[in-house]
Amino acid sequence: MENLVLQALSGLASASSLFLVASGLTVIFGVSRVVNFAHGSFYMLGAYLAYTFVTQLPRGHLGFWGGVLGAALLVGLIGLVVEVLLLRRIYRAPELFQLLATFGVVLIVQELTQMVWGAQDLLGPRAPGLRGSTEVFGLRFPLYELFLIGVGPVVLGLLLLLFHRTRWGTLVRAATQDREMVGALGVNQRMLFTSVFFLGSLLAGLGGALQLPRESVNLHMDLSIITEAFVVVVVGGLGSLTGAALAALLIGELHAFGILIVPKITLVLVFLVMALVLVVRPHGLLGKPEVAARGGQGSAEPMIGPAPAALRWLALAVLALAVVVPPFLGDYAISVLTELATAVLFAASLHLIMGPGGMASFGHAAYFGLGAYGAALAAQWLGAPMLAGLALAPVAAGVFGLVFGYFCVRLSGVYAAMLTLAFAQIAWSVAFQWVEVTGGDNGILGVWPDAWAAPKLVFYYLALALCIGATLLLRRVVHAPFGYALRAQRDSALRAEAIGIDAFRTRWLGFALAAAAAGIAGGLFAYGKGSVFPTFMGIPRSVDALLMVLLGGVQTLSGPIIGALAFTGLQEQLVRLTDLWRLILGVVIVALVLFFPQGLAGAVRARWEARHGDA
Amino acid sequence: MVGRVIGRRRILAGAGMAALAAPGSIRAQGEAIRIGEINSYTAQPAFLQPYRNAWLLAQEQVNAAGGINGRRIETVFRDDAGRPEDAVRLAGELVNAEKVALLAGGFLSNVGLALGDFANQNKKLFVASEPLTDALVWSKGNRYTFRLRASTYMQSAMLVEEAAKLPVKRWATVAPNYEYGQSAVRWFKELLSRARPDVQFVAEQFPALGRIDAGATVQALAAANPEAIFNVTFGADLTNFVRQGSTRGLFERRRVVSLLTGEPEYLDPLGDEAPEGWIVTGYPWEQIDTPAHTPFREAYRRRWNDYPRLGSVVGYDTVMAIAALLRKSPTLETEALVDAMTGLQFQSVLGPVQFRTIDHQSTMGAFVGRTVLKNGKGAMADWRYADGKDYLPSDDVVRTLRPQA
Amino acid sequence: MATLEVQGLEKNFGGVRAVQDVSFAVGPGEMLALIGPNGAGKSTCFNMLNGQLKPDAGSVRLLGQDITGLAPRQVWRLGVGRTFQITATFGSMTVLENVQMALLSHHRRLGGLWRPVAGMEAAPARALLERLGMADQAGRPCGILAYGDLKRVELAIALANEPKLLLMDEPTAGMAPQERVSLMALTAQIARESGIAVLFTEHDMDVVFGHANRILVLDRGRLIAEGAPAAVRADPRVREVYLGSGAVTGAH
Repeated sequence: MENLVLQALSGLASASSLFLVASGLTVIFGVSRVVNFAHGSFYMLGAYLAYTFVTQLPRGHLGFWGGVLGAALLVGLIGLVVEVLLLRRIYRAPELFQLLATFGVVLIVQELTQMVWGAQDLLGPRAPGLRGSTEVFGLRFPLYELFLIGVGPVVLGLLLLLFHRTRWGTLVRAATQDREMVGALGVNQRMLFTSVFFLGSLLAGLGGALQLPRESVNLHMDLSIITEAFVVVVVGGLGSLTGAALAALLIGELHAFGILIVPKITLVLVFLVMALVLVVRPHGLLGKPEVAARGGQGSAEPMIGPAPAALRWLALAVLALAVVVPPFLGDYAISVLTELATAVLFAASLHLIMGPGGMASFGHAAYFGLGAYGAALAAQWLGAPMLAGLALAPVAAGVFGLVFGYFCVRLSGVYAAMLTLAFAQIAWSVAFQWVEVTGGDNGILGVWPDAWAAPKLVFYYLALALCIGATLLLRRVVHAPFGYALRAQRDSALRAEAIGIDAFRTRWLGFALAAAAAGIAGGLFAYGKGSVFPTFMGIPRSVDALLMVLLGGVQTLSGPIIGALAFTGLQEQLVRLTDLWRLILGVVIVALVLFFPQGLAGAVRARWEARHGDA
Repeated sequence: MVGRVIGRRRILAGAGMAALAAPGSIRAQGEAIRIGEINSYTAQPAFLQPYRNAWLLAQEQVNAAGGINGRRIETVFRDDAGRPEDAVRLAGELVNAEKVALLAGGFLSNVGLALGDFANQNKKLFVASEPLTDALVWSKGNRYTFRLRASTYMQSAMLVEEAAKLPVKRWATVAPNYEYGQSAVRWFKELLSRARPDVQFVAEQFPALGRIDAGATVQALAAANPEAIFNVTFGADLTNFVRQGSTRGLFERRRVVSLLTGEPEYLDPLGDEAPEGWIVTGYPWEQIDTPAHTPFREAYRRRWNDYPRLGSVVGYDTVMAIAALLRKSPTLETEALVDAMTGLQFQSVLGPVQFRTIDHQSTMGAFVGRTVLKNGKGAMADWRYADGKDYLPSDDVVRTLRPQA
Repeated sequence: MATLEVQGLEKNFGGVRAVQDVSFAVGPGEMLALIGPNGAGKSTCFNMLNGQLKPDAGSVRLLGQDITGLAPRQVWRLGVGRTFQITATFGSMTVLENVQMALLSHHRRLGGLWRPVAGMEAAPARALLERLGMADQAGRPCGILAYGDLKRVELAIALANEPKLLLMDEPTAGMAPQERVSLMALTAQIARESGIAVLFTEHDMDVVFGHANRILVLDRGRLIAEGAPAAVRADPRVREVYLGSGAVTGAH
């Protein structure tokens, strides 16, 4: 019994820490609708800055608490600078585009942090006066954890006061509910966004700084917190502070007690919770349906017409090069080209969901990975030849696309995207943990092509044919009635329904189709690499796909193709050229975001249309 | 005018190159031997910076001593960012574009396995330096893959030897939730139960790697009230576990046996909060004064103005093993290299080491001792060098573990 | 038989009785107007007819078949076209493509993954646009169309499934007066020629009294009058509802 009480207290302390980070994220999202990947980086910066301040300042209460608050303030200012210099310029870009920019910030912060503070973990001092422990039911419990349990509710209370008792807070709440309205009220929207970013980043920094007496400060803090913070925000309901507090509490306690019963549940628990909550409550615990319609800020989505002749010739020329040149290239160049081909199909498949489908997916790698595992498992357990494995890949991915999609496509916006993430993580954890079948994180080895396709060049042509073929097929689908139906439900759900289109079914099948296409890419990728690992369906790969689509431009069919080539090619080159590839990649992404807010292909098209007149 | 001069120089330089290149065999003699090295540099910088530093040091020493039969060795480093699929691509690049003679590296187990499989498929030698997974030389072992470091099994076996001597029966385990943690716990349980049939395991915790919820984990372990704990967490997880554990009194009146915790990589970040009295494997670098180790430590210090970590030993010895291999092998052709590598003996900074013929595992050992606090930081005491060759299963058992050609 | 027959329709929103006991019928070729002051329950009533809202009580019959509670897309399949108060079209498609979509859906050809839409149902779509005087706009994206033109596109879409019943929610809102008259004249002509029953709501009394064969007046959720335009205009209860505004005689 005493043990259970202590377990509950431990859960509360974790919940409190989690809430601090999530509160900033939910406030920022509520007002600006920015999916801020850099929030975890601000959390990490808060911890590092606090470490520096606290160890430099004189010991004692002033030095410690002054250092913690100073770090939080400084992180708030850094967030403000990022908003003013970067995000402010791209609020009008298509949905989720800001995510790309914040990802660039993540890369830059990672590299700079390592430069400034070094690679080794840093253990900060404990909090003065809260070093030891106290007795709770005869068992020892750390004082600092008790303090943290108190901090969460206090911060929540202060924030609620701020939002309900000040004019600024009222505006923030109004903006969270309906952004157009605030603009109509004549409020200085810029100031509002900037100040919200300051507050949100400050909370992230505070969350990080307060971990100092608890955890070592390390370079993995950013990514380890960001997913969980997002889960809390979404489970609570986007933009809802009280919801975030409830969600943090739920996750903290479920975790504390969950590990007593199933110790290995640590990998997947938060995602199980999120999946369950979202299936039952599509807007989280306390969230409200979004008022503004999708894309309400910008103009209507552009049309999709036949490609201009110049573009067709260019595509043909590139394709001709891709066929003619490789025999003169070395094996390595050929394997890079093979990888590019799979990246193109992977990005194009996600684009079907994001562009014509009008949905977002943060978990598209699941289907890439399921294709890869489908092929690899068939090879390993059934001794299937390569072509059978490749045929199975889209089937495996498509079937899971149907199952997961059934739940995901009922939701909208970021909720749907986060549910795809939850399913992807569940699939990932099965691949990771079901060691007997999948080999766990050691993966499945020996998935090499059959003898006839073993030469790199032959396999390349096979991959090229399948990937370009499938990409063209997807393109064909977009121009066919089904693709039009997808766009129809995106453009106007009301009108689509009123002319007999079943929006749910259309989205569902579109999702499964995209999943199957990603499965082809995954299957080819598996045979190209010779092995399959859970990383194939990990979050980083899902993020890669998102980045490719956004970088290229969501609103054009050539966008994902150009984005895949640019992103994969750039990364491949940079990784080999320099140890600082993250920094350079981050800077390049930020620069591209600033100069081409419609994506690369979108920018080319805008220039084209300006010169040749509108269609 | 200037342009013309430069132009003429270029032509001259070109002619010179052509002249040099003409007698092919002579030039080939002086050409450097290239080693391809792949590791998770950006994903695991804390462990791999000392590793690469020592690697470079060893390479400089080998070259300063005249190289390999007059040929310099040089290394092309690549960062896999922690992704096995990228490691495979980069391996292809190193082999096909950079024309390396052999591959080396790997920190994460899955990267090591992916590279081992690549080596097998492409018939290229791969000398795995760090990855600990047993599968690398056993269940997934192959002709082209060799591993330097003492494996999960070996290090677990070293600790079981000590654990069996403890007067305790109720054990709990805590390990990161991935292959390394799971294997370590499995071996520890199996070997300890064999040595001490009277022990029982009363609790196990598997926090997610890098995301331990330390308070809840510690509390859950305490609730089972074990007499001893086997710990496999490391890095940031270990720090958080130790902090919560010491504040909550988890380690009081309990014995702790802990993998890798004596390595400076993991012990040093703990500072004056390093736990005392844990039985650990590790590397007491400041206390090892053997003829093989002392010069290494001092050379490392001079070169990098820092003390060596265990990763430094691994990096340094990987190069030394490769140098010994290249001296032994008649040609750079892969099959000859593999034959030379099989049974290769070389002088590691920890003592003489051999790459076993039966499973390609080296006999490099580890230090087993007790943690103590010295001058406000953790250190090892009462340590001894456990030679790897004494902590491997019998050949008959190994033959059942490893696919036999 | 009446095309549409409504019996005892009711809808409450959390205690507010938006529509109470509304019954009426429309016949083929007939133009029936549903009028009433703001908040009288016109839109609620409309939305229950095509399935966007489920009624709390009452029944809706189309050609004798009970369609109460069916989803909008099912209602549409049975031959009900609909235009919206705030136009709803597909902004990323051309005018022609919008109409093609309705035609493709009508012929259940939307599952196609291969043949491009460009060549499908183009001729009948063009014919429909021709009929509504929108042929010259066929190639323009709906996203940039003037509001009045969008209303015509919506009508073309609504006619694509050869409907027996047209539901038009304020079909002329936002149009210039001249446009209103011509659109409604056209609608009436089509209704007459094809035997389509038309039910529309409208604020513009010129449109109502100029084009409706019959008028229903709704006030606070109840039908208070029904009959030919002249009778309704003379009805004292209707005058009372619209008292002071003078709306019954002039433009609103």
